[in-house]
Amino acid sequence: MPADPVSGAPPPGDLQLLSLTKRFGEFTAVDDLDLVVPAGSFFALLGPSGCGKTTTLRMVAGLEVPTTGEVRLGEQDITWAKPYKRPVNTVFQSYALFPHLTVYENVAFGLRRQGRKEVTEPVRDMLRLVELESFGARKPAQLSGGQQQRVALARALINQPQVLLLDEPLGALDLKLRRQMQIELKSIQGEVGTTFVHVTHDQEEAMTMADTIAVMHRGVIEQMGSPAELYESPRTTFVANFLGQSNLVPCAINGRDGGDLVIDAQGALVRMPAERAQVHQGKAWLGVRPEKIILGSPGEDLPGNSLGEARIVDVSFVGVSTQYLVRTSWGQELMAFEQNTGARPLMRAGDQVHVRFAGAHAFLLDHDQDARAGVDEDSAA
Amino acid sequence: MTSSAGAPSVAPELAPDGDASSPPRRRRSSAWFLLLPGALWLVAFFLTPMVQLVATSLYDPSGSEETGYAMTWAWGNYVDALDFYLEPFVRGFAYSAIATALCLVIGYPLAYAIAFKAGRWKNLMLVLVIAPFFTSFLVRTLAWKLILSDNGFVVGIAKTLGLIADDGRLLATGFAVVAGLTYNFLPFMVLPLYVSLEKIDHRLIEAAGDLYSSPAQGFRKVTLPLSMPGVVAGTLLTFIPSAGDFINAQLLGDTTTQMIGNVIESRFEVGDYPAAAALSVTLMVLIVAMVAIYIRRAGTEELL
Amino acid sequence: MIRLGRWVSDHAIMAIGAVVLAYMFVPIVIVVLMSFNRPASRSAYTLDAFTLDNWLHPCEPEGLCSSLVTSMQIGLLATFASTVLGTLMAFALVRHSFRGRAATNVVIFLPMASPEVVMGASLLALFVSVGFGGVLGFWTILVAHIMFCLSFVVVTVRARLQGMDSRLEQAAMDLYATEAQAFWRVTFPLVFPGILSAALLAFALSFDDFIITNFNSGQTTTFPMFVWGAAQRDVPMQINVVGTAMFALAVVAVLSGEMLRRRRERVQ
Ligand SMILES: Nc1ncnc2c1ncn2[C@@H]1O[C@H](COP(=O)(O)OP(=O)(O)O)[C@@H](O)[C@H]1O
Ligand SMILES: [Mg+2]
Repeated sequence: MPADPVSGAPPPGDLQLLSLTKRFGEFTAVDDLDLVVPAGSFFALLGPSGCGKTTTLRMVAGLEVPTTGEVRLGEQDITWAKPYKRPVNTVFQSYALFPHLTVYENVAFGLRRQGRKEVTEPVRDMLRLVELESFGARKPAQLSGGQQQRVALARALINQPQVLLLDEPLGALDLKLRRQMQIELKSIQGEVGTTFVHVTHDQEEAMTMADTIAVMHRGVIEQMGSPAELYESPRTTFVANFLGQSNLVPCAINGRDGGDLVIDAQGALVRMPAERAQVHQGKAWLGVRPEKIILGSPGEDLPGNSLGEARIVDVSFVGVSTQYLVRTSWGQELMAFEQNTGARPLMRAGDQVHVRFAGAHAFLLDHDQDARAGVDEDSAA
Repeated sequence: MTSSAGAPSVAPELAPDGDASSPPRRRRSSAWFLLLPGALWLVAFFLTPMVQLVATSLYDPSGSEETGYAMTWAWGNYVDALDFYLEPFVRGFAYSAIATALCLVIGYPLAYAIAFKAGRWKNLMLVLVIAPFFTSFLVRTLAWKLILSDNGFVVGIAKTLGLIADDGRLLATGFAVVAGLTYNFLPFMVLPLYVSLEKIDHRLIEAAGDLYSSPAQGFRKVTLPLSMPGVVAGTLLTFIPSAGDFINAQLLGDTTTQMIGNVIESRFEVGDYPAAAALSVTLMVLIVAMVAIYIRRAGTEELL
Repeated sequence: MIRLGRWVSDHAIMAIGAVVLAYMFVPIVIVVLMSFNRPASRSAYTLDAFTLDNWLHPCEPEGLCSSLVTSMQIGLLATFASTVLGTLMAFALVRHSFRGRAATNVVIFLPMASPEVVMGASLLALFVSVGFGGVLGFWTILVAHIMFCLSFVVVTVRARLQGMDSRLEQAAMDLYATEAQAFWRVTFPLVFPGILSAALLAFALSFDDFIITNFNSGQTTTFPMFVWGAAQRDVPMQINVVGTAMFALAVVAVLSGEMLRRRRERVQ
């Protein structure tokens, strides 16, 4: 018998992936993955396409058999359980709605397979939840993309799974609808309290929706944490570049001074808290987010670390902020965002500026990594 | 196949029936179970007969149904068969080639019209293409016999126009046989052409127009190359059955228009199995060779 | 001037298409006319006078109706067997990977690329060599028909299956359907139109086959063989009744199916 997801017979628990690996022939799609998804959380699995997100979800759903490793749900090992014996449901990439069944029958499908006789009420409730009450008699082909998306959601949610897997559920929608659905999904999750594992390659989507994000790259999890943690303290150059933008300055660590590290950044001596560093000696990448860079007039005395003088080479005015591209004395181009508070006149290309940042906002990464990792990946931000 | 190097954990609190703890067995045997009945049928009643046909073609030609046949590796059967029946062979292939070419010329505009110009009439036109199929092949061919008969209106018109002599006739000529072949196999040309034309993204043709190609150039450079798979499939589906046909030659032609199919049929009829088999094998080999060369040339191997 | 040229080029192709379609119907018209024809003499196969006799007495020519029954029986049995076997094969080819798949594809393709006369002749050669020469008839015809229908069924069903998103079955299993339920609730309903058209095609091929049947029929007479035999002597007008009736039946079936589809679409 399938574990009865309706009465919730097994106690809901965390979803755990233990050394999960999937190889297709020689190719390793998911590599020794360890992950804990806390029960009831909105969890995002973020990564560029081809990094193994779908494969991971399919192993959780039971649609793909892991090469090695384990999938656990609470106390239960479900690694080898058939898909229909798991209290887990999926919203498929591009939905996979049954084209020959009406919206009503699509939504009722899971309940009927579990032997529920009376489905009218739960189906109606579910259709109301996704605001499709009057569409029950239609076929999927007669719905818009957003409506299809909601049918796919309703079809999975009605089974009250312990874990709902969503594989790029908003990928096929246009931007405006996507933003709207992000909010709806988030509120539905709050309402039902189910664990959501949301797969996406859109970092903005992941950050707006999720409690916890795991950033995946080439089959491994690079970093996991809250959106703010990931953004403020990336631990790899890939995360630094894939979530938002980063300026990475090659530097060398001179030594320690109390709680701070003293760093030689292209001739400029700067300080930052040691706990924000991934490395504590030798060469490193000094990372500063563009909005954390302060551009002052030459000679202006401001607090924080100085990276010396630079020349503005490009200015893009984007309304709420202005984006400056500056060339430093050692020839590197840095990006700096400045809020348009009106407090100060816009600068122009060719102007000389003084580049500063606060050490508490910087991060220090291992120099052995590619500084451009994740820069040109298809994050839709 | 998945191998499980990592020892699957054995947890006591498994799903009740316990199958969650062990890797599933992939039943590759089920593929064979599905495949085998049909495959065996084809082996038994298509491949084995082909082998038997080759064997028969090498039997002692002096045998008969009553006395039985002896396997004497009589390669001479092939020499004799081609010696006696070279003419119907060549004629059959020539008729089929002409009929195939005619089908292409007639069928392409129809397929094009259905694919691109028919609009809401598309389905109706497709039904109309298939509809004549439902009247028996032989009944239709007999109708052609009537249409082309000596006192029919087609002959009358042709005489008035001076296309044929006053005592000339259409029935019992090569013309009638080719006309019958062309008619009967036309749908086999139109349908694959339609399928491949239908797949063409119409914007490609518009893009060609946008890039200053005339409609004719657009057709030659875009539509025609993209419909090549349909052309290849259509010509094969037309040529192969007509090369082996004997109904049209029998009903619409006479003894001077016999195709190789007629010869094979009549050799079998009189019990001259070795000769008939040798002719069949030769026909089969020629067709397979032509198909292979043709497909290779047209670069549409994926058709198979 | 330019506008006229445009109009002509837009409509010319449609006009040519219509002419070709008309050409395809010329013999059909003749068949229909002949079904109402009273020929001047028994041996004259010409249009002469109007009569309903042929329609009122379709079974009058000896052997016609029994040959029709034989064709129906063989057609139905061959359709059933080839559809079942061919559908199973299509599933194996699309949904399973196994060694020997390429060889299987070749074996399926070959019968479609072989001239019928060769297939008919080779089967006869086999039957004769294993001593079945004397029992040629209903069963040998059936065996042959199943053989040549099989490939067409496989190809038709395979095309439909390939066009079906295999994730639909996975979605069903994700929604608590067992393998069997996923098959009967999702896969089968979606593939069914393909199976149906394969069955119709198989029936049409079997019912209309003459060449292969002719080699392996012994004393049994199918409808095409009856027509062939009649064509050597004098042709009874009733075969045109059969031709017309089959044509009308098929067209009515196709059109009503299409209308049903449209109505259903409009309702939703
Ligand atoms: N069935 C399969 N056979 C072989 N390779 C596969 C298969 N499924 C996925 N892959 C490969 O595994 C990698 C990860 O795929 P996937 O998990 O779909 O990525 P994502 O969902 O992150 O875009 C890709 O490079 C893909 O080509
Ligand atoms: Mg994916």
